[in-house]
Amino acid sequence: MNKVLRTPISDSDLEDIRIGDVIYMDGILVTCRDVAHRRLIEFHRELPVDLKGLAIFHAGPIVKKLPDGKYQMVSIGPTTSMRMERFEKEFVRQTGVKIIVGKGGMAEETEEACRTYKALHCVFPGGCAVLAATEVEEIERVEWMDLGMPESLWVNRVKGFGPLIVSIDAHGNNLFKKNKAVFNERKDRLVAEISEKVRFIQ
Amino acid sequence: MDIERFTDIIARFLAVSGKILPDDIVKKLAELKAAEHMPLAKSVYDSMSRNQDLAASLDRPSCQDTGVVNFFVSAGENFPGLGKIAGALREAVVRATAEAPLRHNTVAIFDEKNDGTNVGERAPFVHWDIVPGSDKVKVETYMAGGGCSLPGRAITLMPSAGYEGIVQYVFDTMVDWGINACPPLLIGIGIAGSVENASILSKRALLRPLGSHNPNPRGAEMEGLLEDGLNRLGIGPQGLSGSSSVMGVHIESAARHPSTISVGINVGCWAHRRGAIVLDKDLSYEILSHKGVRL
Repeated sequence: MNKVLRTPISDSDLEDIRIGDVIYMDGILVTCRDVAHRRLIEFHRELPVDLKGLAIFHAGPIVKKLPDGKYQMVSIGPTTSMRMERFEKEFVRQTGVKIIVGKGGMAEETEEACRTYKALHCVFPGGCAVLAATEVEEIERVEWMDLGMPESLWVNRVKGFGPLIVSIDAHGNNLFKKNKAVFNERKDRLVAEISEKVRFIQ
Repeated sequence: MDIERFTDIIARFLAVSGKILPDDIVKKLAELKAAEHMPLAKSVYDSMSRNQDLAASLDRPSCQDTGVVNFFVSAGENFPGLGKIAGALREAVVRATAEAPLRHNTVAIFDEKNDGTNVGERAPFVHWDIVPGSDKVKVETYMAGGGCSLPGRAITLMPSAGYEGIVQYVFDTMVDWGINACPPLLIGIGIAGSVENASILSKRALLRPLGSHNPNPRGAEMEGLLEDGLNRLGIGPQGLSGSSSVMGVHIESAARHPSTISVGINVGCWAHRRGAIVLDKDLSYEILSHKGVRL
């Protein structure tokens, strides 16, 4: 049985979830990436969507405008979350967002935000943008369209959205940090081994 | 040369190349998936396969980031209408943006505006080679997404660092940045005497079909050593750990200055949207990258 979180999400919903768990979500997922983060944190502009208890998606979709004026989600996959690391702790504090979906890992500041304000960072498999689009039931509205298609805030109602692989849990454990320590350990041995064989300058 | 037909062919080919991966990439991903043992990594490969099936059946771009399009043109000196190609490629991007559709990606430098056309200042970027004696033109397309462009970097090493320094630089780039760039990756490395040449060669390395090797035996050996070594890092799909890290390592080189060894690195994500099409002077065409695809 898959674990499914429904928005609005409370602190207690996240308590038993650990890094490496695979979860799904139902409810409201808002795209929010580089410039939206910058506007809130550096320019102190109020976000046009109240994110308390909701989820954000580090993503810039392809969206089609239909003849009836509604929008269709064509293709939406995660973008590199690390780009938002600079802003994310303050972003989580100010908005009360509970799930951050993206790809790749995030670092210490986000870890601290997840632990202090109770939130998760999750990975949706990168490049799987049509899979994700088929899990969007409807685009409810769009804000800050002056930023262009990728950077606008697309407010999506999603159903069974996932797989979401938990990369930072609400206790501040960080899957990518752990993995990276292992990769770095292996790296030193491998670099030494290969270097022996490429001494072409003699 | 019927420039309208040329434009139409390229526009349709671009659209296809954003939806279906090249044959060699499809084959390699299937091999890596079959060899994967870790449960989480296997489930990620399953998501990737389902996504590619959905992209084909729903006729949609398989990854939302359809990139800022790059073209690499190998133009036969006798291909008619050489002067019209650049304009046609630009128009093809505009058409594909509306029809594929492609994501609106070009952001104007300084003005910081995205006008939704996917063309702009030096966009699409077109790289040229002239092929003596030929009357054909080969157009290679590459959708350089943000995720796989972010790890790209270049450095000029001192000769004392040697090729050993290149190995260190490649591994550092892979662990620090590659894990966020949708592995398993294709690693393109350029080695030359200055950073701009090394960088462009690293991107050209990504255009080579999987299974091809650097023509120099030492170059081919180094590709193999790096591929094996990077796989033993065990980065896995999406950096979540797994049995492999890369789809391949390609090195392209140009003679260096005695004082410098410049290294460029570009990576291609698993969704490596590369295309290669050859048109002859009457515009009949052969698609090299996606056999059996009709436009």
